[in-house]
Formats: sequence, C-alpha cells, structure tokens
Amino acid sequence: MTYSFELPLLVLLILTAGGAIIVKDLLSAVLILGSYSFFLALAWAWFGAVDVAFVEAVVGPGLATVFFVLTLFGMQPRDTLIRRTPPPVAAVVVLPLLGLLLFYAATDLAAFGDPASPASTHVSPFYLENSLADTQTPNVVTAVLMDYRALDTLMETVVIFTAGIACWLLLRRDHT
Amino acid sequence: MIESPHDSMIVRRLSGGGIPLVQIVALYILFFGQYGPGGGFVGGVMLGVSLILGILVFGPTDRPTMVAKRITKADGVGLMIFAFVGGLCLIGGGQFLNYAEFEIPGLSVPSRRFVGIVLTQVGVAVDIAVTAVSIAFNLSFVSSNGGSRG
Repeated sequence: MTYSFELPLLVLLILTAGGAIIVKDLLSAVLILGSYSFFLALAWAWFGAVDVAFVEAVVGPGLATVFFVLTLFGMQPRDTLIRRTPPPVAAVVVLPLLGLLLFYAATDLAAFGDPASPASTHVSPFYLENSLADTQTPNVVTAVLMDYRALDTLMETVVIFTAGIACWLLLRRDHT
Repeated sequence: MIESPHDSMIVRRLSGGGIPLVQIVALYILFFGQYGPGGGFVGGVMLGVSLILGILVFGPTDRPTMVAKRITKADGVGLMIFAFVGGLCLIGGGQFLNYAEFEIPGLSVPSRRFVGIVLTQVGVAVDIAVTAVSIAFNLSFVSSNGGSRG
C-alpha cells in the first residue's frame, strides 16, 4: 500500500499547523489556520467522513475565519503582534516523551475499517442494516443524528443556542 | 469595523449575484441531507454565511444588515421548532422525539420518521443560521460608537 495521497496531506497539515504557531502576527495565523482547515477537510473526505468534511470546509475557513478577522479588526494594530517567550525546559523535555508514548499507544488502535473493532460491532451494524427501512433516509449519518440520537442533537442545538446568547450578552451594542 | 459599503464595484456586483446563489445551494444541501452529505448543520451555516457576506459587503445601512438586525431577535426559534416537534410526538402517548408516534393520519411509520427528520433539520438550520448571523452582526458593529462597548 502506497501513501501517495496521505503523505503529502500529512506534510501540508503539519506545515500549516506549525506555520500558524510560528508566524509573528495574529492575522497571518488566522489565515494559515483557515488553510489548515481546508487540508483537514480533505483528510476527512479521504477517510470517507464526507459529512464531517463538509462541515469542516464550511465552518473552518469560512465562518471561523470571518469571526476571527472581525475580532482582529476591532483591536489596535500593536495588539495583533505576538510576543513569544521561549518555551520552558520542562516542556521541551516532556512533550517529545508524551509524543513517543502516544506513538507507542497508537500501535494498539484497531486497523482502519476493521469490521471486528469494538466501534463497529456494538450498534453500528444495526443502524447500517435498519436505517433505510426505518426512516426512508438513505444517508445513515442523518438518520442516526436526527432520529436514533435525536436527543443528543437537541442538546447540541441547546449548546449552540447558549453560545449565541452568551456572545450576544457580551457583544451587544445597545444596553437597554 | 464595517462602516460603509465595500469600495470595489466588482466585489459588490459579484456578492449581489452570489448571495442568492449561496442561499439556493444552502437550501438544496439542507433538504438533500437525507440522501447525501449535508443536512441541518451545514445548511444552516451556509444560510448564515450568505447573510454575513451581505453584512460585510453592503455595510450598515443596506438591506442585509436590516434583515440581520431583525433575525437576531429570533434567537431560539430553531431550538423551539426542534423541541416542538419532539413535543408533538408526546401527544399520541409516545416518547419525546420518537417520530414513530408523530400522529399524522395517512402516513406509515417510516414516512413519519422521514417527516420528523426533515422538520428537526429545519430547526437545527434555523438555530445555527441565527446564531452565526447574531455573532457576526454584533462583532461587525461593536465599536461603531467610538470604541467603547456600550
């Protein structure tokens, strides 16, 4: 198996993520983060999670970047420059060790698309087999989100509503 | 901050033509979400983004901003649609959000679930669109009165 698509994608993801950390001003960091979201959307699509890729492509580079840029427009230009202190020695030592630990643990992960992995033996087969007959909805993701797990989705909507109310309370123009 | 319409005529013309196109695509994605990728979340975000583009390009005095101003008052309507559909399922003695007890005469149980999914997706889309427009609207004009927040 060759990784002719995954490897360039991984390199681009690491480059954009590192670039967003390294650059000197916040506006550049926001724009590089937007391109990072595009590459991440490609990665989701490559792994078959088209719905997630769709949301990532719309929310990451579109909505979130607009929010960030609008916030930066409200700041003084000198506030958008990042002054960095060098990282502490403990972080330089411990974080690579943590990475090694994660790599070691990653060998225990189930293989991609393994039908015997715990995630695909619990309730997924039931959804895949019955959702079309139960709900007349060919897209299993929508059937799970909106019908089988509708209460979860309701609470997600409550979270977004709460976030909207909180932003409105913090940002509203007219204190009446 | 957004104080006036965009200077460039190219941007204004292209946005004027593009915003309705984005909205049509958003509605298509919203209602196509049962057959392919998409659904309430993406459709709602795209509806909101089309209006945000209008706010950014046409400035504080044009129609998109007026529409957005009115829409921000409707925060919570989408959540109400979602919860109301869930509550309708209770009428026939069913469970909350179990669309099989969604009492519509003349519809089989799978069709009831189909209708329930469509209605709740509209609720999610409205909630997300209103939230996105509300945040962008408040960010766009927050310091229009001399930098002070109030």
